[in-house]
Amino acid sequence: MKGDFIQNLGKIYGLYTGGFLLFIILMAILEQAGVSPDTIGYLFVGFTIAIYALIGVLSRTMATDQYYVAGRQVPALYNGMATAADWMSGASFVAMAGGIYFGGYGYMAFLVGWTGGYVLVASLMAPYLRKFGCYTVPDFIGTRYGGNFARLCAVIVLVVASFTYVTAQINATGTVAARALQIPFEVGVWFGLAGILVCSMLGGMRAVTWTQVAQYIVLIIAYIVPVVWMSNKSGFGLIPQLAYGDAVHRVQELEALHQVGALKPTETFGGLAALVNPINAPGDTLMAKWKFATLVLCMMCGTASLPHVLMRYFTTPSVRSARISVGWSILFIFLLYFTAPALATFTKLSLLDPNLATGIIGKSIADVNALQWIQKWAAVDFLKVSDSNGDGILQINELFMRADIVVLATPEIAGLPYVISGLVAAGGMAAAMSTADGLLLAIANALSHDLYYKIIDPKAETKTRLVVARILLLGVGAAGAFVASLKLTSILGAVAWAFDFACSGLFFPLVLGIWWKRANREGAIAGMVGGFVAGSAYLYYVYFAGGTPWFGIDHLRFGVIGMPVSLVLMIVVSLMTEEPDEETQRMVDAVRTPRGGTVLDATH
Amino acid sequence: MAEADSTHEAHWQRTKNLTIITLIIWFIFAFGVHWFAPQLNSITFLGFPLGFYMAGQGSLFAFVVIIFWFARAQNKIDEEFGVAEDENEDE
Repeated sequence: MKGDFIQNLGKIYGLYTGGFLLFIILMAILEQAGVSPDTIGYLFVGFTIAIYALIGVLSRTMATDQYYVAGRQVPALYNGMATAADWMSGASFVAMAGGIYFGGYGYMAFLVGWTGGYVLVASLMAPYLRKFGCYTVPDFIGTRYGGNFARLCAVIVLVVASFTYVTAQINATGTVAARALQIPFEVGVWFGLAGILVCSMLGGMRAVTWTQVAQYIVLIIAYIVPVVWMSNKSGFGLIPQLAYGDAVHRVQELEALHQVGALKPTETFGGLAALVNPINAPGDTLMAKWKFATLVLCMMCGTASLPHVLMRYFTTPSVRSARISVGWSILFIFLLYFTAPALATFTKLSLLDPNLATGIIGKSIADVNALQWIQKWAAVDFLKVSDSNGDGILQINELFMRADIVVLATPEIAGLPYVISGLVAAGGMAAAMSTADGLLLAIANALSHDLYYKIIDPKAETKTRLVVARILLLGVGAAGAFVASLKLTSILGAVAWAFDFACSGLFFPLVLGIWWKRANREGAIAGMVGGFVAGSAYLYYVYFAGGTPWFGIDHLRFGVIGMPVSLVLMIVVSLMTEEPDEETQRMVDAVRTPRGGTVLDATH
Repeated sequence: MAEADSTHEAHWQRTKNLTIITLIIWFIFAFGVHWFAPQLNSITFLGFPLGFYMAGQGSLFAFVVIIFWFARAQNKIDEEFGVAEDENEDE
């Protein structure tokens, strides 16, 4: 091949995608030839991780700008794919369709929030931070506002938000690895971590970028293929996302028939839930609308403040390409997110419709218990059928499931071959690994660049800095795996919290740093500390101390408390203290003009 | 220097206006339409109840379009004021 790697990206990833499709076909042939499902699952997860590891090793580097920002030469389109993989976590992949299945309309606030946040990223943040030329998000805070204390505050918020998030991702890789490789969860977590680290240890951002592109390709194929297959089988055509409107209407009829929402479960099983929320019943009360809007707001502002997302846009070649790259990112994210409600609807339809062979609600308990997929998932405690009222018929409030099952078990419910389940496992693994990599790198880079190099030892040599960065990566990863192995929180709770932490502490200091020249160090510190402390205190009050939520603001939305505190404190304190010096004001002007070099030099 | 300053001011003014328009459209699709979801559900759009459609697909698609539109519009402003980067910086 002529030219360097960057010029041949299209060819390389084209070949890679073709190779992956061939691999899927090969697995299908092996399945027909009688190879056991376990072996196929093993091959899927093993083969994809081996590819990522290979990319990780080939991308090794000892240059700081390569390690921190991939040399700022990632084209907009590929950065979009990498961001999409970085963004879509194990929770998006495994739990989102299940969330919509169980949560109905209210849960779709996550869909709106996790996409609309990118409008804020594109219009308020990404191009300006790219122009600034920072390596990390605290790097911007520390330079714009000046002083080690402001930098340190940003590092702390970043570490808390990202660490909450990364334990959930390592948890997810552990779950998938444990199931695909038939090893205990506690071992799976460490195995997952090894896979994650091999992608990022040697090459930092450069390696993570090129593995994330590869992971996006795997995860999007793995998400869409089963849905299209299932939809085609049940007569909704090859583009189910556009054609499931009738299915929504039909599900609404069926939910009325089965009294979804009216029949409450009378028993509880740990981690499992019965269906009580109809798919399309937006509340008409002020409270219901407020709850939807506040969740959307927290997720959006969180998106625009989470460092592992923002730092992806530091890697593009120009300010212009940073903007376009946000567009590509959200397009690639959209492909998965607009498929999730379709999947949730099809799963509901197939379980609830008595006219379909797959419908189980209203059938006799004995018949349902005889189904193979019910037995299989009940055996691992993902599902429970319990005849609460003793009438021998399965009612809607007698079927208990884990939300993950909607994605993981769908191929089996619809009777698709096992090769599809193996593909889904590989996709879930890719989604969780890519997000974990981005988060671990964000944490380790902030600690190595901002805490170690900028605050503790500004004279450190390049080589030392990069060695420290890797040691920290290893340390943070191990800490994350250890916490994950303790199984402290449910996946969803932890993910939403990360967004609330990030928006409470970082949203306004970042936005105002660009958009308000008058914002100064004292104001930014007050905003970061005040917002973060207020949000965390409210989380403690409402979640751990069992307090009554104020105005329906529960633990998923505590950013609604943190953000206003941060905004008000930042403005009031800035105005009460001295205006930033002329040099800082010139810096802000430079950030607002795309032309000209970055504010910080390339190897600062 | 005075001329450079006034160009900078005018460029920033236009940038601010574009950002405000972008955020207004964003606000409508992020919060506006979902506030009226129960009412919108009585309308059928592409076979979907409209309230459901907006939360499950419509707003998401609108965000994709807004960002590409914004990137183009901002780029035009940058070029008009001669503050865009050189083309070769993209590769």
